[in-house]
Amino acid sequence: MSITFDDTALDRAFDVRGRSLWVDARRRLLANKAAVASMIVLVVIALAAILAPLLSPYAYDSIDYSVISCAPDWWPGDAIACRAGGAHWFGTDAVGRDLFIRVLYGARVSLAVGIVATLVSLLIGVGYGAIAGFAGRRLDGLMMRFVDVLYSLPYIFLVIVLMVIFNRNFYLTFVAIGAVEWLTMARIVRGQTLSIRHKEFIEAARAAGVGRFATIGRHVIPNVVSPVVVYMSLTIPNVILAESFVSFLGLGIQEPLTSWGVLISQGADQMEAAPWMLIFPSLFMAATLFAFNFIGDGLRDALDPKDR
Amino acid sequence: MLGFALRRLLGAIPTLIVIVTLSFFVMRLAPGGPFDTQRRLPPEIERNIAAAYHLDKPLYEQYFLYLGRLAHFDLGPSYRTKDFSVARLIGEGLPVSARLGLSAMALALVFGIGFGVAAALRQNRAADYAVMSFATAGIAIPTFVVAPVLTLIFGVWGVRLFGVDLSLPVGGWNNGALANMILPVAVLALPEIAVIARLVRGSMVEVLRSNFVRTARAKGLPYRVVVLRHALPAALLPLVSYLGPAFAGLLTGSLVVERIFGIPGIGRYFVEGATNRDYTLVLGVVIFYAAFIILLNLLADILYAVLDPRVRYAR
Repeated sequence: MSITFDDTALDRAFDVRGRSLWVDARRRLLANKAAVASMIVLVVIALAAILAPLLSPYAYDSIDYSVISCAPDWWPGDAIACRAGGAHWFGTDAVGRDLFIRVLYGARVSLAVGIVATLVSLLIGVGYGAIAGFAGRRLDGLMMRFVDVLYSLPYIFLVIVLMVIFNRNFYLTFVAIGAVEWLTMARIVRGQTLSIRHKEFIEAARAAGVGRFATIGRHVIPNVVSPVVVYMSLTIPNVILAESFVSFLGLGIQEPLTSWGVLISQGADQMEAAPWMLIFPSLFMAATLFAFNFIGDGLRDALDPKDR
Repeated sequence: MLGFALRRLLGAIPTLIVIVTLSFFVMRLAPGGPFDTQRRLPPEIERNIAAAYHLDKPLYEQYFLYLGRLAHFDLGPSYRTKDFSVARLIGEGLPVSARLGLSAMALALVFGIGFGVAAALRQNRAADYAVMSFATAGIAIPTFVVAPVLTLIFGVWGVRLFGVDLSLPVGGWNNGALANMILPVAVLALPEIAVIARLVRGSMVEVLRSNFVRTARAKGLPYRVVVLRHALPAALLPLVSYLGPAFAGLLTGSLVVERIFGIPGIGRYFVEGATNRDYTLVLGVVIFYAAFIILLNLLADILYAVLDPRVRYAR
């Protein structure tokens, strides 16, 4: 006798389960115009950053002393020392490097820092929070007390100290910033784990004979995941901001590599004579931060089951 | 009440010790020291310098020496700024930073509360959307972008309005002259205005829907009285617990603002210290600010307990 497996029924079962949270959430997110526009902006910036070397005839570190701090050809006004000409769409910087390609390379660094550091903070935060939440009692109290202590450190100071210690090592920058940003994530995950563990629907699942791991996978995790996803989308801009902040102060990434913070800092030094050096990186950075914030808000609206 | 305050104050001591310990040892992980120079010094001189700052002793001994001095509120000598103690450097920067920070805080509270209440009273109308988009912008656009842009507009290009020259000095402190303070204070306050406006709008909207406000209106009080005397105090409660983070935000902002505008405050010393590996200075500033924030959070908790009778002092 062979075992028959009804695929359609299984598919339907999965469909129903999916629609209960993620499909619904996606539909709501796609209905949010600000969030969709933000996603398009981010995708464009990310693609441009990835394809940067193909988009410009110049290298990000090739110095050309014949076009120092030159405006792009289309820049309005006559009170400008020189025009860069060629394909310098954003003009050139103080040593004649093409600003367009440098802004895109800055995007590479800033986005990479944002994503990697957020993953680090996710790893530490979710692990720490889940352990504290499941352990309960003494260990929980001790672990969260430690988080409270770190909270009273102004975190940007900690980042600066870590940057100085790791000698501005580019890769450790990611880790350093992520290692500081995990606190709120840990609190969220712990709170969720605690509150979910004793909810009626967990009890109901257990009463209905659902196994322990199935309960966790099907009922606990999805409820912990949504605030984590929302907070993640808000951590990325925070991290980008922190990196740029530190770079702006001259403690972050080093030449000839660059990030938006470095470019803005150099632009601020030159803004009287060459305002484009300030304006373009600022625009890119502001657009990115706006986009992440709108996506975060959209995700929160889409994933919050209370507002259904 | 007093017991609660005392208990919290005592509870802050282990927190501080953990922070000091953490910062001290993390700092010492760093390769290289504050006295590394391009020029090689004779070994005797290097030994003398190390001995003068106790750097030749084992690390744990240095740690206890530091802790001992800290107990006497002595933050030690600055490694880089000769003949200056860290306490003196902080003492010189503090009045400047405090003046900057408190002005920004006052500005942030006035405008933040004003905007927030105005938005809540005109919920989902043009004024509300205007305030909320301003708030989003204030949160998304970092200080170090706003500062140069405002400098460009008001300092470099200059602004003339109705024949009045509104240009402002772009930098320097000039002993805290008003004209020198306007730009840095505004830049520092902007993000806090944004956050406070959002916070106040949210809680005000909630309070306006609550029963006691309906009662107040039902018994015929004028709308203005209902808003100002009944709704506003209740709506401002969440703001109290935001005071600690708000000041922390101002400290962070002051790092950039003091650098851009060339203001001789603590933030600038900190950044210089970090670049020059002046460990005692960096450590001193971190500890000073951490203590300050702990104290502020404590004050906020006590204030909250005083203002909201539903909160018990217990625990």
